[in-house]
Amino acid sequence: MTNEELIAEISKIATEAESKQGFQYVETFVPFAGMHSFMTRIKEDSKLAFDYLICVTGVDHADHMQMVYHLESTLHKHMMVVKVKTADRENPALDSVTDIWPTAEFHEREAYDLLGIHFNNHPDLRRMFLDDNWGYPLRKDFKDDIHIVSR
Amino acid sequence: MDELKEVMITTDEIRTDEYLINMGPQHPSTHGVLRLLVQLEGEIVHNVQPHIGYIHSGIEKMTESLSYPQIGHLTDRMDYLSAHQNNEAVALCVENALQIEVPDRVKYIRTIMSELSRLASHQLWWCVMGMDMGALTTFFYGLRDREDILDIFEETCGARLTVNYSIPGGLMFDIHPNFQRDVKAFITKFRTKLPEYDRLLSGNVIFTERTKGVGFLSKEDAIAYGVTGPTARASGFACDLRKHRPYSAYDKVNFNEVLSDVGDTYARYQVRMQEMWESMNIIEQLIDNIPEGDYAVKMKGVVKLPEGEFYQRVETARGEFGVFIVSDGKKNPYRVKFRSPGFSNLFTINHIAKGWKIADLVAIMSTFDLVIPDIDR
Repeated sequence: MTNEELIAEISKIATEAESKQGFQYVETFVPFAGMHSFMTRIKEDSKLAFDYLICVTGVDHADHMQMVYHLESTLHKHMMVVKVKTADRENPALDSVTDIWPTAEFHEREAYDLLGIHFNNHPDLRRMFLDDNWGYPLRKDFKDDIHIVSR
Repeated sequence: MDELKEVMITTDEIRTDEYLINMGPQHPSTHGVLRLLVQLEGEIVHNVQPHIGYIHSGIEKMTESLSYPQIGHLTDRMDYLSAHQNNEAVALCVENALQIEVPDRVKYIRTIMSELSRLASHQLWWCVMGMDMGALTTFFYGLRDREDILDIFEETCGARLTVNYSIPGGLMFDIHPNFQRDVKAFITKFRTKLPEYDRLLSGNVIFTERTKGVGFLSKEDAIAYGVTGPTARASGFACDLRKHRPYSAYDKVNFNEVLSDVGDTYARYQVRMQEMWESMNIIEQLIDNIPEGDYAVKMKGVVKLPEGEFYQRVETARGEFGVFIVSDGKKNPYRVKFRSPGFSNLFTINHIAKGWKIADLVAIMSTFDLVIPDIDR
């Protein structure tokens, strides 16, 4: 499936999502309220069949947090990127996709640990690398006078 | 005899309390500072919780204050056994973002180097796999042959482990004049040594008893848990990026993607053994045909990426390694994420090891070929 066909196919099953051709892959922006049902649909749909979640990344944009999901279909070999913005930057919260792709459980724990993004319905949301008394180091306003020397 | 019959009882009737033990962070079979919290009943594993972060070095945070050529130097501290492929991933990602086409010579050398480090990585994996199973001899055999590859690396890159060889725009140096001769000599030698590996371990009764039919991973679960690399290919998940999304010179070579549909510990072992043969095939097809030309294109003094998001996937010895760069047009990246293969692979351990004995857990973990700095980053 070419990227144009992929965009058409995605808009067919989800009208609320906005898709465009990115630098490499099809990028789809989804409002956070409907993200869980959107993710379920792109996995269940037989033409899209995005069954392999490659990578989950949290990005701190000064006024909001964004989660970026890289997805591939092992059947059709096409790829797409789903981006979800959080409403609140200080206490960001999104739906967990662990029930759709089990691998998300650990990527989401990492995002929670390093960026402080909370995932609703996550089975085991604990810190992963750091102690409980750390802040969220990948946030842009993170200050740590002891461990990070700024020049 | 009558007395004996009276005391014979089946093990199903014995129930003991569940208890927790810590495997690691200092345990020989965890290959680094990984801690597994294992819930046991007798010898049977009920639950395994990996606790990671003991060697977390904040590489993703560090990259935000480094320039693009400098990021590459951090990546070979992550998965130090796949240093070449990690360097290559960053280099390809930056080149792709800047729309730079590197000369064919660079592509060929990168591919050869990647395959050499895959061989070295699989050799070391085979050493420690044998050692985890109690066969110390394998360790000496594997290290003996790995030494030749590291010598080749040292001659060309100036380093044996953290090579820093692929940089955005090409290579750090041209190959050493002896490179082709040494690689060919190594391949000829290793083709006679690899059957020794099989004779020593693959058919060993103790080894096969402990690995065959132990620790199954189905194809569906491999995909769902994002398992990649030889671990997933042993379950039938065709995920070899060299084949399906070729980069560098992989589209110019003929090789087979090694697959198995069994999915047990022995299948994971065999897939890696076969991959060593395939790696040698790839190197042999390229080594005599390295084109003449520059070993790097001239880059600007300060590398700045256009605004946007760039993702690059490569196949390391452990699986799919991804570099995700978010750029805001400055000389430092805004955010870098490394998708490490070990991270996704490790967290299937609970799913696979549940119900098996604790000795099987060691065998299962061995065939995952974990490198802890790769997981912790």
